[in-house]
Amino acid sequence: MQKLADLLIQKIPALQPVPVDFVYLGVQVVFALVMLMAFVAPFAGIVSWVERRIAARMMDRVGPNRVGPQGFFQWIADGIKSILKEDIIPTAADPILFRLAPYLVFAGMFAAFVTIPFSSGLIIADLNVGIFYLIAVTSIVVVGILMAGWASNNKYSLLGGMRSAAQIVSYEIPAGLAILVVVFLTGSLSIQDIIKGQGAYPWQWYLFDNPFMPVAFLSLFISSLAEGNRTPFDIPEAESELVSGYSTEYSGMRFVFFYFEEWANLYLIAAVGTALFLGGWQIPPEVKTWASALGGVVGFTLPHALEFATFFLKSAVIVFIIIWIRWTLPRIRVDQLMSLCWKYLTPFGFAASLGVAVWMVVFPQGVMSVRYALCAGAATIVLYFFYRVAYQVWYSRQPIHVNPFV
Amino acid sequence: MSEYLKNIVETATSVFEGMSITFSHLFRKPVTIQYPDKTERPLTEMIPDRFRGFLKVDMEICTACLACMNDCPIDCIIIKTKKDETSATKERVLTQFDIDEAKCMYCGLCTEPCPTGAIHFTKEFERATEDINDLVFKFVPEGQVIVPYKAPKKEAASGGGGALDEAEAEETADA
Repeated sequence: MQKLADLLIQKIPALQPVPVDFVYLGVQVVFALVMLMAFVAPFAGIVSWVERRIAARMMDRVGPNRVGPQGFFQWIADGIKSILKEDIIPTAADPILFRLAPYLVFAGMFAAFVTIPFSSGLIIADLNVGIFYLIAVTSIVVVGILMAGWASNNKYSLLGGMRSAAQIVSYEIPAGLAILVVVFLTGSLSIQDIIKGQGAYPWQWYLFDNPFMPVAFLSLFISSLAEGNRTPFDIPEAESELVSGYSTEYSGMRFVFFYFEEWANLYLIAAVGTALFLGGWQIPPEVKTWASALGGVVGFTLPHALEFATFFLKSAVIVFIIIWIRWTLPRIRVDQLMSLCWKYLTPFGFAASLGVAVWMVVFPQGVMSVRYALCAGAATIVLYFFYRVAYQVWYSRQPIHVNPFV
Repeated sequence: MSEYLKNIVETATSVFEGMSITFSHLFRKPVTIQYPDKTERPLTEMIPDRFRGFLKVDMEICTACLACMNDCPIDCIIIKTKKDETSATKERVLTQFDIDEAKCMYCGLCTEPCPTGAIHFTKEFERATEDINDLVFKFVPEGQVIVPYKAPKKEAASGGGGALDEAEAEETADA
């Protein structure tokens, strides 16, 4: 971001008398607004449509296909509908807290986007405590959810809020441990530094750095699902038990804020996983030098565009997996949720951090053969998975139908 | 300890298998029938044969016996006859045969006593209209008369119109 601001100061003479910090701040604020409007909001909306389509196909249905081509504008229609709905505040609700809660949830989620990188240059603020800031600021969401649950003056809302707080607070620990492992390897909390420590190819990713990293990645992934209230950890809003949990009493735009948070949070989960373990925006250096050599505007934007595409694709795959898990696994009980966190993820997180620390002492340069072996292992699992999918397709004895546009 | 490890292994394998099953469903055709926009076959082929759509009377074989009118529990069938004064034989002719499909409850009691199977269900059911009177089906055009069908004396078994299906033909034979 600083590069862009420097470039602006060079190109626009009117900016030169202005103090540099103001220009930086202005660029950051503008970029944050642009990102909210041009990236996060459409992403959250489109993912809501994509999720419904994928869910439908997994249930042998068609899904929303009426608004626009293949129902693509469903999210816009839903948004307009929600804005036009009456904003109902129950008489017995706490009027101030009830109104405030959606904004806290929204702000907590969106503030986390500040440190999410899109390419080597596209990041609002590359904080030196980036990943720590991200964990800290997403905790505001808990406050918002608990506030919504309490202020609604409804037993289901309160139960949802309490469950959510218990869940998010417990799962911070395995998530934090998994992130700590990456910080060991990098020696920095800045997300850009973490990405720069990795490479474009899978064997250069932190995921395959040593045998303990896949454990850390899985525990981070599971904890992120729990922190994002996604199935199978959606007990705070379990619709069959709690109506809609903490958002039961909300309607109109305030309700949308909760769901917006949820879907935007999907990208957040995916982006953190991508940045920390899957090489982030790294593209092969040959491609980068080739793109930069084109010169001019293309030479400046193309490397960033390629990096953005890489980062986005990796994140999109994780988002798809999260959606896919939602429509595969049933919701788990509260006691199962707690035993998974405290009896399984936390010990494994500690074991992984200890293992990585020992590994770093024994092999300060890393072991390439182990990296290749882990890559091969992961590839084998993926291939075996597709073999199982082929088996399931064969076993169902249904004609194969690949076209997603029904 | 062994249970602890067993739990982990079972979780991993069952999630793996479950996800392979849900993923395989992405390669299946949705079962949804997108009526009325997209139907793979014409609607009449998809509707079962004994579907109770609108009632229809085949006036070629209607005997004007009034059995359907008398059997209708909600009186949605109105049949009027008169002696045709203009003809030499002064035979009985139908002047009105109205079925109010809006009132009809599709019980099928009228189709059972019909000696020739003239009154029968069709597969047609799409008749949304702004005026409920549009749903009164007039089988005798207004101002006209229709001469009822008279079954041949001996060959009643082979009688009946070409429109009759097998089941109805049997019924006729029994009657």
